[in-house]
Parts: sequence; structure tokens; C-alpha cells
Amino acid sequence: MAKDTPYDYRAVKGFAISSLFWGAAGLLVGILISLQLVYPHLNFSPAFTYGRLRPLHTNVLIYGFTIPAAFSLFFYLVQRLGRTPLAFPRLASAQLYVFNIAIVLAGLSLLAGMNTSKEYAELEWPLDIGVVVLWVMFAINIVGTIIKRKEEQMYVSLWFILATVVGVAIVYIGNNLEVPVSWFKSYSAYAGANDANVQWWFGHNAVAFVFTTIPLAVFYYILPKATGAPLYSHRLSIIGFWSLIFAYLWTGAHHLIYTPLPDWIQTVAIAFSFFLIAPSWASVINGYGTMNGQWQQMRSTYLVKFVVLGITFYGLQTLQGPSQAVRAFSTLVHFTDWVPGHVHMGTMGWVTMTISAGYYYMIPRIYNTELHSVKLANLHFWLVLVGQLIYSMTMWVTGVRQGAMWQAVNQDGSLMYSNFIQTLTPNYPFWNMRTAGGIIFFAGFLVFVYNLYKTIRSAEAGQRA
Amino acid sequence: MNVDKNPVIFVVLAVAAILVGTLVTTFIPLFVGTASPSLEKVIPYKPIELEGRDIYIREGCNNCHTQTVRPLKFETDRYGTYSKIENSAIDRPHLWGSKRTGPDLANVGTKYPAPWHTMHMKKPQGMYKDSNMPPYPWLADRALDARYAEKKMRVLGYPFTSEDISALGGKTEMDAIVAYLTRLGKETR
Repeated sequence: MAKDTPYDYRAVKGFAISSLFWGAAGLLVGILISLQLVYPHLNFSPAFTYGRLRPLHTNVLIYGFTIPAAFSLFFYLVQRLGRTPLAFPRLASAQLYVFNIAIVLAGLSLLAGMNTSKEYAELEWPLDIGVVVLWVMFAINIVGTIIKRKEEQMYVSLWFILATVVGVAIVYIGNNLEVPVSWFKSYSAYAGANDANVQWWFGHNAVAFVFTTIPLAVFYYILPKATGAPLYSHRLSIIGFWSLIFAYLWTGAHHLIYTPLPDWIQTVAIAFSFFLIAPSWASVINGYGTMNGQWQQMRSTYLVKFVVLGITFYGLQTLQGPSQAVRAFSTLVHFTDWVPGHVHMGTMGWVTMTISAGYYYMIPRIYNTELHSVKLANLHFWLVLVGQLIYSMTMWVTGVRQGAMWQAVNQDGSLMYSNFIQTLTPNYPFWNMRTAGGIIFFAGFLVFVYNLYKTIRSAEAGQRA
Repeated sequence: MNVDKNPVIFVVLAVAAILVGTLVTTFIPLFVGTASPSLEKVIPYKPIELEGRDIYIREGCNNCHTQTVRPLKFETDRYGTYSKIENSAIDRPHLWGSKRTGPDLANVGTKYPAPWHTMHMKKPQGMYKDSNMPPYPWLADRALDARYAEKKMRVLGYPFTSEDISALGGKTEMDAIVAYLTRLGKETR
């Protein structure tokens, strides 16, 4: 029956290919800035300095890789789960063009030093408007397709898709309210502690609605598909979903512990950070429960490895996060490399592993072919796993090391390392190891891209024959 | 009524769930409570300091330097007095930062004089051989735009005199960033 439905996969394909291209570009910038931290002569003034490239790295991988991956996978999922073609295919094609133009302009503007300074919201106001326009185009297609679906029940993945659509809209617009001075410069609508509070409400919920609900939507679809086993508990996913999207919004201020922000806001954020373990682990338990009796597939099915390792890193991430929110532990690791270590376990472990699983499942299907090479998919798996583990572990170690050096005192109570540079230079060997981890991860990503490229090429050759 | 069969009701409920924490922790504090301090003691930015601050933002200094000292003994010993809410009360955006690849700068204006900062900005490795900070000598070659600076002061509603603006004549971006850095830690009367 599904065969009779004329699904429209043009935008699905376009966004998948765009995200792979920008993903590779964003990772390359990551390797460069990692090198710059040890070798400052690799800064090329003014455009290619660390201060301008670090926002480029984060923005390209959020808005150029993860978001278009969601456009692609979500346009696929709403059609399959609704058993209906995309509502407005021409709008989706237009969105693909607007997206690629916007991401080029975004990259160039960041290189030119046009940025608001607010993390993950650095883009200046004309590009903010561009992002909102793109999001509205996306939302019309998602909601429109869901409304005209032929499958009455909305599956869990569709809940997470709808939450992504509204969640990103609310936090992006809320944090980017600003007063323009010129085409290239604006000032925040909020001042001081309020600006910090709004920023980290956004920052943490960009994690919620980009790095959590997007991969979760994919996870809930792919795991039963890859294993052939039904989802462990529907009730658990209902409880997990609603408590997740309720609790996440309270936690932003755990980024601002011991700052001048009023204490009660910090304390509420810490409490909700702990509450958040429950809905996060609801998905982890749902994943492990589904694997019950299926664990041998970890050996036999490459797709299952990606999904299960992905949800495992999600589980670790959502335990590590709340622990960092504790005041005593925050005192030690806040402002150190522990934090990028934490973030990268989520992005390199959970987010990209799950998106990769989504693409491995979807791309052969939309091109009506088989994956080019399972061997290469396994190679990809091991490279990104090892690369990410090297990355996060070196950052945790050097983060705790530097945090401890900042606190260390002599017997007379004076600071043991009173000169900051004494605590900085011991980072360098760890940062070199981190670069090595990043290069291994990047190699894995290239294997992934090559494998999909060969898959698509063979499908196209088959069609011509 | 089944929530997961009706996307419109579903979206309404999802928005409601998202807005509760949003309003309580983030948007209600904008209007009530202690997150918005009195501005009585706050010294406004001079145009050259604001220009310096905008260069700090343009070059992404906040990616490696925080401007918030925590009320902890080892922290105040290293960086000076801990940050109060008044210190950043008029800052749009705030520049508290999240990562210390370099040291905190909240009180750096009380620690070093202007010539130190100029030397350091030009060649950090000249002062600290193993520093990983990029050098910024080229800031000294770029003139400030007085008219643009005036426009920014108006948009932000900061008070200024015509002398403040004419004082920008002949000044470079290096002068501006140093003026900003030497102000840090001197925000209040």
C-alpha cells in the first residue's frame, strides 16, 4: 500500500546532501581552532582568528549540519508516519535554496566579525530574520503534512518533531530580540543579568530542541525499524515527552552558577536539572527495553550499533549535565575544558551517531537501492566512537586539572599558581590529543560521506541502465 | 479527546508546557524582583569605551575571557572583588562569558595601566612567551568612525557630550579597546 503513495523526496535529498557538506566544513573549522589553541601563529588576522572562527564552528555545525539534517529527516518522517506526501513540495524546494544562501551569508558575516556575542545566537539581526523565515517555511510543511496525514495516530517521533518546531521558534525569537544600529550591528533588547538569563535560557534550550528532540524523533523511529522489535513502552514515551518539554525550560540558569544572577533563579535551575534526569532516562530505558532479547543485533546489525551507542551517550550526557549543575562541582569545573568535553560527548556521540543512523536507514530507501558498503559503515562507527572518546576524555582530565590548579593554595593560604599562564600551558598536550581525536572523528565522517555518495551514485547509475 | 490524534491541540499544549518555565524563570524576572538593579551608582560608557567594547565583541574576546568573578576565596584572590549585578547593569549584551581559556577580565582595568594593555594586545607572546592569545597589532592601524559611534550612543540611550565625540578624532581601534579594558572593574561610583 505504501508503494502507491507518491512521496516527495526531492527536498529530503537536497537537505541531506547540504547537511553533509556543511557538516564536513564545520568539522574542519573545529580542527583548525583546536590547533590554534596550541599554535597561536595559526591565527590569520583578522578573519581567521580563534575569536571569529569559534562561533563559525558552532554555528555551522548547529545551523548548517544539525538543522538541515532535521529538515531532511523530518520531511521524510512526516511523510512515512502520516502515509501522505509532503504538503507543499515547492515550498520545500524554495526552502532548500534559501537555506544554502543563508548559511553562506552567515559564515561570511561571522568571518567579517559581525556577531552579537551571544553564544549560538551570534548571527546579526538580518540573518536572524532569515532564520525565522526558513523556520516558518519548514513549520508550514511539517504541520501541513501532519494535518493531512492518513494515519490517525501520531507516532512518538511526530510529537518530538512538533516540539522541535515550536520550541526552536520560541527560544530563538525570545533570545534574539535586539535593536539595530545598522545592517551589520545591533544591541540586545535585554541588559546585564537579564540578558545573561535570557541567553542561557536560550542556550540550554537550543540543547533541548536541537540536540535532544531532533535526535529523539529519529531515535524513536529508527530503533524499532532497525531491530524489528516493537517499542518497549508507549506509556513511558508519553510521560517522558511531556515531562521533558516541561522541565527543560527551567534549567538555563545552571550555566550561571555563582554569577550575579539572583540566587533563587540559579537554585530553581539546579533543582530542575536533577528532575530532568527522569524524562531523559525514560528514553534511554525505552531504548534498552526495546533491545531486550535483541542484544545480539549489536554484533550483526551496524545500524543498531549507531542507535544504541547514541542513546547510551545521551544517557551519560544527561547524568553528567545535572552533576555539573551542583554548586560544589560547578565550582571546580565551570569555565574549564570539562565543559567542551561535556558538550562534545553529546554532539559527537549522541547527535551525530543518531543522525548517521537516520541517514543510513533513509538514504538507501529514498534512492531505492542498498547501502554501498556495510564494512565502511562499521569503519565509520569505530572512527567516530574512538575520536569522540579521545576528545571528551582528554577535555575532562585537563578540565579537572586546571580547575584544581586555580584553587590550589600554599601552606600560608596564598594561591599556588598565582600566574594564570602556569595553569594554561599544561593544557597544551591535552589539546594536541584532542586535535588527534577530532581528526579521527573527521576521518570517520568522511568515510560516512563517501559511503553515502557511492550509494547515491550506484542508484543513479542503476536508473540510467 | 485524544491529544496524539489532534496536532492542533497537541501544539497548543506543547507551547503551554514550554511557556511555564520560560515565564517563571526568565521573563517575569525582567519586570519584577532583583535582576534589574538601580542604575544610580552606574557610570555610563564614554563613546571611546563603547567603541572598544564593540571591538571586543567583534573579535570574539568573550570566547576565551569571562567577565564574572565568583564569590569564592580562590577566585577573589586571583581576580579581585566578586562581580555584582550593578557591574553589568547597562550592558547590552552582557559579556560574562562561559570559558576561561584566558583569565577573567572583570577587574582587569584596576590591575594594569593602559600602556601595559597596548603592549600586550600588540604582542601577547612578548610578555608571556607561551601565551596562546592571537596578537592584535593591526588594531592600531584602523581609525574610529565618530559618526557611527555617535549613532550607537543614541541607540543605547547613553549620555554623551559633543566633546566626547570629537575626542574620537585621530583615535584608533587600539586606543578604543585599551580604553574599554582599563574601564573594567570601574563600572560603579
